[in-house]
Amino acid sequence: MKRQRASQLTSFLVVLPSLLLVGIFVYGFIGRTVLTSLSDWGRDPTQALALSPVTRFVGLDNYRELFTGIIDGRFRQDLVSTVFFTVFFLAGCLGVGLLLAILIDHKPRGEAVFRSVYLFPFALSFVVTGTIWRWLLQPSGGLNQLPPLVGLPAGEFTWLTSRQQIWRFDWNAMPVALAVFGGLAMALLAVVDLRGHRREPRRRRRGLVAAAASVALLAWAAVWGRGWAPLPFGELHGFNLAFIGIVVASVWQMAGYTMALYLAGLSGIPEELREAATVEGASGWQLYSRVILPLLAPITLSAMIVLGHISLKIFDLVFAMAGPDNAYTDVPALLMYITTFRGNQFAKGAAIGTILLVLVALIVVPYLRSQLRREVDR
Amino acid sequence: MSARGPVRRGWSWRWLLYLTLVLAVALFVLPVYMMVVTALKEPAAIDLTTAWQLPRHWNWDSFAQAWTAFLPKLKNSLVLTVSASAASALLGSLNGYAFAKWPFPGSRAAFAFILFGMFIPYQAILIPLFGFIKAIGLYGSIWGLVLVHTVYGLPITTLIFRNYYVEIPDALMEASQLEGAGFFAIYRRVVFPLSLPAFVVVIIWQFTQIWNEFLFAVTLSNPESQPITVALAQLAGGEAVRWNLPMAGALLAALPTLLVYVLFGRFFVRGLLAGSVKG
Amino acid sequence: MTRRTAWFMAAALVAALGATTARAEEKLEIFSWWAGDEGPALQALLDRYAAQNPTIKVVNSTVTGGSGVNARAVLKTRMLGGDPPDSFQVHAGQELIGTWVVANRMEDLSGLFRSEGWLKQFPPGLIALLSAKGGIWSVPVNIHRSNVMWYVPANLQKWGVQPPKTWDEFIATCAVLQGKGLKAPLAVGENWTVNHLWESVALGVLGPEGWSGLWTGKVRMDHPKVVKVWETFGKVLDCTNADASGLSWQQATDRMLKGDAAFNIMGDWAAGYMSTTLKLVPGEGFGWAPAPGTGGTFMMLSDSFGLPKGVKHHDAAVKWLKLLGSREGQDIFNPLKGSIAARLDSDLGKYNAYLVSAAKDWKTNTVVGSLAHGAVAPEAFASQFGTVMEIYLGSKNPQAAASAARAIADQVGLGK
Repeated sequence: MKRQRASQLTSFLVVLPSLLLVGIFVYGFIGRTVLTSLSDWGRDPTQALALSPVTRFVGLDNYRELFTGIIDGRFRQDLVSTVFFTVFFLAGCLGVGLLLAILIDHKPRGEAVFRSVYLFPFALSFVVTGTIWRWLLQPSGGLNQLPPLVGLPAGEFTWLTSRQQIWRFDWNAMPVALAVFGGLAMALLAVVDLRGHRREPRRRRRGLVAAAASVALLAWAAVWGRGWAPLPFGELHGFNLAFIGIVVASVWQMAGYTMALYLAGLSGIPEELREAATVEGASGWQLYSRVILPLLAPITLSAMIVLGHISLKIFDLVFAMAGPDNAYTDVPALLMYITTFRGNQFAKGAAIGTILLVLVALIVVPYLRSQLRREVDR
Repeated sequence: MSARGPVRRGWSWRWLLYLTLVLAVALFVLPVYMMVVTALKEPAAIDLTTAWQLPRHWNWDSFAQAWTAFLPKLKNSLVLTVSASAASALLGSLNGYAFAKWPFPGSRAAFAFILFGMFIPYQAILIPLFGFIKAIGLYGSIWGLVLVHTVYGLPITTLIFRNYYVEIPDALMEASQLEGAGFFAIYRRVVFPLSLPAFVVVIIWQFTQIWNEFLFAVTLSNPESQPITVALAQLAGGEAVRWNLPMAGALLAALPTLLVYVLFGRFFVRGLLAGSVKG
Repeated sequence: MTRRTAWFMAAALVAALGATTARAEEKLEIFSWWAGDEGPALQALLDRYAAQNPTIKVVNSTVTGGSGVNARAVLKTRMLGGDPPDSFQVHAGQELIGTWVVANRMEDLSGLFRSEGWLKQFPPGLIALLSAKGGIWSVPVNIHRSNVMWYVPANLQKWGVQPPKTWDEFIATCAVLQGKGLKAPLAVGENWTVNHLWESVALGVLGPEGWSGLWTGKVRMDHPKVVKVWETFGKVLDCTNADASGLSWQQATDRMLKGDAAFNIMGDWAAGYMSTTLKLVPGEGFGWAPAPGTGGTFMMLSDSFGLPKGVKHHDAAVKWLKLLGSREGQDIFNPLKGSIAARLDSDLGKYNAYLVSAAKDWKTNTVVGSLAHGAVAPEAFASQFGTVMEIYLGSKNPQAAASAARAIADQVGLGK
């Protein structure tokens, strides 16, 4: 017993330095960033870059400005752009990765070569990828000059320099839209819990809470929300077509990663299972949709989490591809950098960083919790 | 030979399969072709309309120029990457061993505590980090970057080692335990000798990540201690860019990690797989 | 050997090492954004400095990117990190004063100005721009003019148009040229060049007094006259090329030279590019006129070098500043750079035809400062002006742009 205690203590002491380092460098610094975001560091030029700046506490003012102040329209567009980018990036990587994995799973000849080619972009730095693709996507050259090689007219799309925006909506409509969306989501959760699991007290409670929340949100949207406009002017946001170039480059880089994940998953599916399904008369398509894809679901989820958090904080690729000055390909991480180091607005930069963190935490924390909890049950 | 997927009758399907695969290869290799071709062209010959044509005269000058410009930065990157990889691997190994084989009350929480650090966007810690590195006098020094990359590499290295060590059967340790060996003795005698594959995976992974990293590099270095990614970004981001130089530079910057990938591809893939928390 | 001999040798070795480190070469690190085409001028100055100071090793740190857009961010991290370069390039005026001087990070150079006799050699308007809080903060190397319109005389003759004298004339000329098949008569490039264009439009519509009033707070950013500036700007933009944001300023100028565009509004560093790099003859290969509506006004910007507090090589830096402010230094640098000397006594024989005409204008015109190049507005405003521009470009709503500009001006306390 004493031996066990002693070795537990040793184990703890071994891990302690890392705990301290991570505690400071991760959690401590996050705390500092949040504190900075609640100050006005940067507004007063005499203090912004001084040796020992004096700042005031301003509470959530920076956040209020970011979401509803006129001058921070760029931030709001960045948020919208990130959502669109994440969706397309995930779809592209998962789709292409899965396709390639399935193809390679058929064991073609030269399989190792094919695999290596599809995966090599992952070994490159985002800066290298960005540099190459920036050249490729120049409007008067690169990709637009490919069709002439086969006799077709040159492409006209302006890729990264495009100013076009589609699927536009007004930011002023956001609160109501979010409330409706949230209300419907809560309603769905309530229905699932109350219908199916009425017996379990915990789920019943959760269902009732969800139902209440749903009613509150929808009521607010219908009655009060409609008259409220956070901004004095209408502010249109949408999907910037310039992002198409960024999506292409990032899928080029990361599809191989997804492919490797899926290949590992596919190789984990027992041969007998496939044979059994084939014997029972499953056609190729059914084999995939009914048997294989569902078995790959955990990998899909895992890939979505990893890719999702990469896409939320993407910085290097956009910096190298379009530079920090192209508002049409701007992302929050890039905005944070130039707000802090060009505009000297440290507090606002910290606020953007905090918002990024919250977004990432929203998807990562539940996932981590479920993974680790599952492990305990192992 | 038995095809692993559903049996396809006839050669037409195989034909389609190979066609798709080759097409995909072409798409993936296209940018590299462009990069190499542009790097080999003379600056005056680089015109957007003839971008896809092979160079008329092979101009190795850009590589020479990029090499001389990048040599000190390549050295910086090398020092940074090797030091930080080694340090984070070593610490990660000890941590992984502790978490996998010597759990203590709260070790699961401690593991989660460290693990979360893998996912944070670095923008959320950039400003205080900058202040901290400056306060301890390491701003502009390559060792500041080494410290930063070591600490932020701890979560992923700990994860990989811990997952690896969990697979080591306890029976291997029991014999030594009966002899009275403790934490460090077992590590030295049993675990460390078995760790080579994990070390390779971790060091290769960290090498790639740290070599390719940009945000910390651009914020915490000065012209003397700049790693290669920053030098490349500045080269390519300038005005009136003569694209042969950035392309040559990109090739040089990518070469080390590509070499690692080509030579150690197997371990590379393992590191990549281990990086997704599969529990 | 005996222990004593060993100790003796060790001591001698340490002494020798110490001596060599004491006599280690002194360095000078200067930081600028002059690379590429603007590099040779700086290099000529550095060579002169090296010739004057053979024991000092000069380190030329450049961060490329037009108008210093990238350099400023890198400089920020250096200064904040406590590792300032010995001297750095900065636009004379509010870009330096509003950022670093008010934060107490620069050394006062008035003593140097007095000892070198510079108070008489630079125009009083310029010295006023360099001064704040009772001190003088940077040494101006050159003067550039922002409001210049470039064209190829032969092409204009071919199309049968004259350089327009007001913005309304410009819009009419643009229509004529578009009728002749020229899709984008005005060539423009990436973001900062659009800001550059805007300030010529603003100056043309508001006049020099109105323009200056914007920065002293006398004219509000959302005044109806300023809204009109945005309206005119919109019409001018309709004459520009759609792929602007992918072009550097040189590439935009190239468009004008090739004949794909008729006009290009750019500062007169374009003259340096066209005459030094492209070897064109001023007056024949390219011609110039004040930007429409701005005849008689010289919108200036000046590259200057300052001295941060706490630099590692103070003496070497001061020697650099002395060279910069001297007649010799300015006459080495400026002919190559394509700018005119800030000093009033420069030897005009060394300058080409364009620069001689610019020097004449410098002495006779009304002088105002540039926004896009850091003379009249502090960084806090200038760096957010890009947002205003994006709001305008995205919405094409002059009122929205003007209101956004007003909001930012209020936030940074412009003119106070």
